[in-house]
Amino acid sequence: MTTTTLHALLSHWWRNPLQLFTLLAGLALATALWSGVQAVNAEARASYDAAAATLGEGQYDRLVRRDGQPMTQETYVALRRAGWLVSPVVQGRLDGVRIIGVEPLTAPGGVGPVSLQEGTDLTSFLTGEGQLFANYEVAEQLAGLNIVVTPDVAPNTAVTDIGVAQRLLSKPDQIDSLIVLRGQPIGRPPLDAIAPKLTLQPAQGGSDIARLTDSFHLNLTAFGLLSFAVGIFIVNGAIGLAFEQRRPVVRTLRALGLPLRRLILLLGAELMLFALIAGVIGVALGYVIAALLLPDVAATLRGLYGADVSGTLQLRPSWWLSGMAIALGGTALAAGGALYQMSQMPLLAAAQPRALAMAAGRRAVLQGIAAAILLMLSGVLMFTATGMIGGFLLLGALLIGAALALPIILDRLLALASRLARSVTAQWFWADTRQQLPGLSLALMALLLAMAANVGVSTMVSSFRLTFTDFLDQRLASELYVRTESDAQTAALITFATPRTDIILPIQSADTEVAGQPTEVYGARDHATYRDNWVFLQQTRDPWGSTFSGQTVLINEQLSRRANLMVGDEITLQDTAFAIAGVYGDYGNPIGQAVIGEEVFATLYPDIAPQNFGLRMDPEAVPDFVDALEAATGIAATQTVNQAGIKAISLAIFERTFTVTTALNILTLAVAGFAILMSLLTLASMRVPQLAPAWAMGMTRQQLGRLELVRAIMLALLTAVVALPLGLALAWALLAVVNVAAFGWKLPMYLFPLDYARMGVFALLAAGLAALWPARRLARTPPADLLKVFSNER
Amino acid sequence: MNVKALFLALCLPMPALAQGFAGLGTEAEGFSVPQPEPQFNFPTDHGAHNDYRIEWWYLTANLEAADGTPYGLQWTLFRSALAPGAGDGWTAPQLWMGHAAVTTPDNHYVAERLARGGIGQAGVTADPFEAWIDDWALTGDWNTLHMTASAADFAYDMALTAQGPLIFHGEGGYSVKSAAGQASYYYSQPFFAIEGTLQLPEGDVAVTGNAWLDREWSSQPLAENQTGWDWFSLSFDDGNKMMGFRLQQTDGQNFTSATWMTPDGQTTPYTDGALVATPLATNDSDVPVRWRVELPAQGVDVTVAAINENAWMATSVPYWEGPVTVTGSHEGIGYLEMTGYE
Repeated sequence: MTTTTLHALLSHWWRNPLQLFTLLAGLALATALWSGVQAVNAEARASYDAAAATLGEGQYDRLVRRDGQPMTQETYVALRRAGWLVSPVVQGRLDGVRIIGVEPLTAPGGVGPVSLQEGTDLTSFLTGEGQLFANYEVAEQLAGLNIVVTPDVAPNTAVTDIGVAQRLLSKPDQIDSLIVLRGQPIGRPPLDAIAPKLTLQPAQGGSDIARLTDSFHLNLTAFGLLSFAVGIFIVNGAIGLAFEQRRPVVRTLRALGLPLRRLILLLGAELMLFALIAGVIGVALGYVIAALLLPDVAATLRGLYGADVSGTLQLRPSWWLSGMAIALGGTALAAGGALYQMSQMPLLAAAQPRALAMAAGRRAVLQGIAAAILLMLSGVLMFTATGMIGGFLLLGALLIGAALALPIILDRLLALASRLARSVTAQWFWADTRQQLPGLSLALMALLLAMAANVGVSTMVSSFRLTFTDFLDQRLASELYVRTESDAQTAALITFATPRTDIILPIQSADTEVAGQPTEVYGARDHATYRDNWVFLQQTRDPWGSTFSGQTVLINEQLSRRANLMVGDEITLQDTAFAIAGVYGDYGNPIGQAVIGEEVFATLYPDIAPQNFGLRMDPEAVPDFVDALEAATGIAATQTVNQAGIKAISLAIFERTFTVTTALNILTLAVAGFAILMSLLTLASMRVPQLAPAWAMGMTRQQLGRLELVRAIMLALLTAVVALPLGLALAWALLAVVNVAAFGWKLPMYLFPLDYARMGVFALLAAGLAALWPARRLARTPPADLLKVFSNER
Repeated sequence: MNVKALFLALCLPMPALAQGFAGLGTEAEGFSVPQPEPQFNFPTDHGAHNDYRIEWWYLTANLEAADGTPYGLQWTLFRSALAPGAGDGWTAPQLWMGHAAVTTPDNHYVAERLARGGIGQAGVTADPFEAWIDDWALTGDWNTLHMTASAADFAYDMALTAQGPLIFHGEGGYSVKSAAGQASYYYSQPFFAIEGTLQLPEGDVAVTGNAWLDREWSSQPLAENQTGWDWFSLSFDDGNKMMGFRLQQTDGQNFTSATWMTPDGQTTPYTDGALVATPLATNDSDVPVRWRVELPAQGVDVTVAAINENAWMATSVPYWEGPVTVTGSHEGIGYLEMTGYE
């Protein structure tokens, strides 16, 4: 009997290959979406790690020659032999690629990211022809060299042994800088006694960028979870529809005496088999998606799929596992409900759409209660959630609550529309749409989540990008930074630079305490650089005007939050009271900061003479200026930092992730569109009895087809209306709750109406495209099929 | 992984290092191999033998402060070759590793230095004798030596004076390590008087004591089935000294060897089986820190116990090395080294 039953069950698919296709494709797409997001997430992390590692070179003190020239190798050895734990670095460009030579035995961890792979030949790395570590693009560029491809190296950079770098760059026995390791031995002689030509460059605070990117990682993780939710809904939709389609077969089998338990067992086994097949296809598809989405494909794939020695790609086991878990778990989740429903249905319950709708009506009550509870919970959490768990609970409650509420909201809206409708056709249209709603609701939920995710993630990503660029503009506003080592150098710099730059901005600070918080006080010179670039979270009408004139102070968000200081409050510096005129975002800074005017700073802190200067000038002129400055004043190139260059590099690295996110948005919509297509195709055959009377009463098949199309777009539009606030709430929860819980500061949220409008259009387009084929099929339904409805021959 | 990982893995070809001590059994391709009946030539042989894969200058000392507190001290320079020959510049195939340690009854301070040969950062010259890595150095004429090392939390500066002759282990300095005939060149100067100052976080300590300097080089000192060793250098109160080692084999058997030294430098070598070393107790990390050591031919049956059980050398290749007390048939002090217990 089992064999016969299985044959009967499977025969359904032979007769309806399209349904089989939609089931498998739905499962596979959900799996692919999940896998693709994992891939993108991993890519983002890898690119940030590479960026952080490259920028992280600044986290160690360095020794360089005062005149900016390379030092000799003897200087390095002399310092080592005196007990200085330093590691040599040589740098230069080869065919436009930045070559960094490090000495691996003495280098500290975290400098020059080098991945150890099976391709690494240590003897060759150290003593032979040499090996270079670089990403895929660089490997192609430097084709003649022995390159080990690794995604861990920053773009346009190759890391190699110092000896090899010296040879490649034609810098024999030369060293550009020495990294000063932490944990220097006791009793080490002073630098001047060993290498008087060298000067110590203090470490740059690398934590700012690292902490910003940490925050971004967290948000991407949330996006991963979101795509998981979308995937689950799609799987659920696919399975649910597969069951609806086969209700007649089930009815017949049970009427023939097949025990319920065995039927359910067989159906379950069959579904798991499908889930396995679809899961494999899905993971493979995710691989393709990752390959298409990500910029430097091969390098990234290496990172994602583990070591690959022979040149063939291998899927990482964890990837397979999570992909298969989504397919199998999602199927089990979805099938569990459907199988339970089947076990509860009366034996001969007809597979009638109306019966379906009635059953759905009973479920809708429960669903409505659940949605109300979840949405209320999220409402409460919005105001009370403080920790990470609270933040994620809020996200979950909001998403599931909104998804569950969607069919009810749509149903109410449609009921309202049908009451308002005047013409018979319109009334029929609205009523028919309402009846179709239960069958479409899962697909619409998926669309809702996809759109909300798009709105939420776009808002989050774009807000992050704006914040980041603002932050860089604020922090690295000047084109060139110069550090002087004596008052004479300061005077020389001012004499030389004044006629050649737009303005010289001294950077001077004093350490103090404000309201018990350790705080750096800065004295700022009156210039548009500050007015134009600094972003305030809270401010008076003209914060800079009153601050430059010495009456007020500006403080950072950290100080404001910790000492509970607002605009209008007063703080005391050197026994002088200042009103707070503004609070500015200061991402990544661990301590408090306050800014006052230059003159009042000089009065309050007369002993502090500025030794750091920001110079505003044409960015193009920076390199020539640095050369001229050195020639005229002896201020070495190593005492200057071309911040425009650093900014450009970090922005370019960030840009990659934004591109990837956009691509992912489109993909999510495409998958949701597919869910709509599946649902419509499935419903099409069941809908013939509903459509036949309308046809018989004079509507043409073309009219009916057009209405199908309009219906799909209209439903998508209504869903979009619900999705927009949901997406914004999502972004808000990510930026204002989860981020604060994780990092202690709020990322400001910006709105991008044009982006949302574009996404809305994409969603309607996706829905329209999805409905196009079913509508065409409907318009071409043979009249005989429609007639059959009345001849009781179905 | 970053450079840190690379830097650790770079030690892979250093046989005594990261392949575990078992790596000492790998083939000696292209390298010279120790031959029986060696003819040493000093001071040349105090210097580096670049055609051999592995070599060390290994000094341990039992020290005592004025208040009677015992201290242990270690200064070691390892040479490991990627290929035979000295070479010049960054491509030189010689890698150097220095280990320094001070052991107190309660603390164990460890430091490690790594360097490439060929650029002057580390090396050994025979005449005048100088062994160095960074600012750590061992210099002098072997009658007197000056030794320094420094790290973030400790440093020392010591003067050594030889009180007896060089000792040649095995057959005149040809020390057999396995039944299959693997061997190394091995001699010692165990008769150094040492004094100097330890700079420790708890303050400077003036110390005096005995030091023992080992010299050993080879290309394949262990058999393939040998995974580590337990090495004892014991100085008895009656003036006699004993060196003994037990090589652990994967088949559960051991290969032992010992040298008995009288105060005037007369030596008696003992081949496999004469020495029996039995672990009695282990520390929290399962490293045996109490041993029963027997050399029946000399009437030795002693218990060797660590002064500080936690003398773990947390270096690129970790091992245990620390001062010990000797009780039983003979009383005394000494040093214990145990490898292969990772």
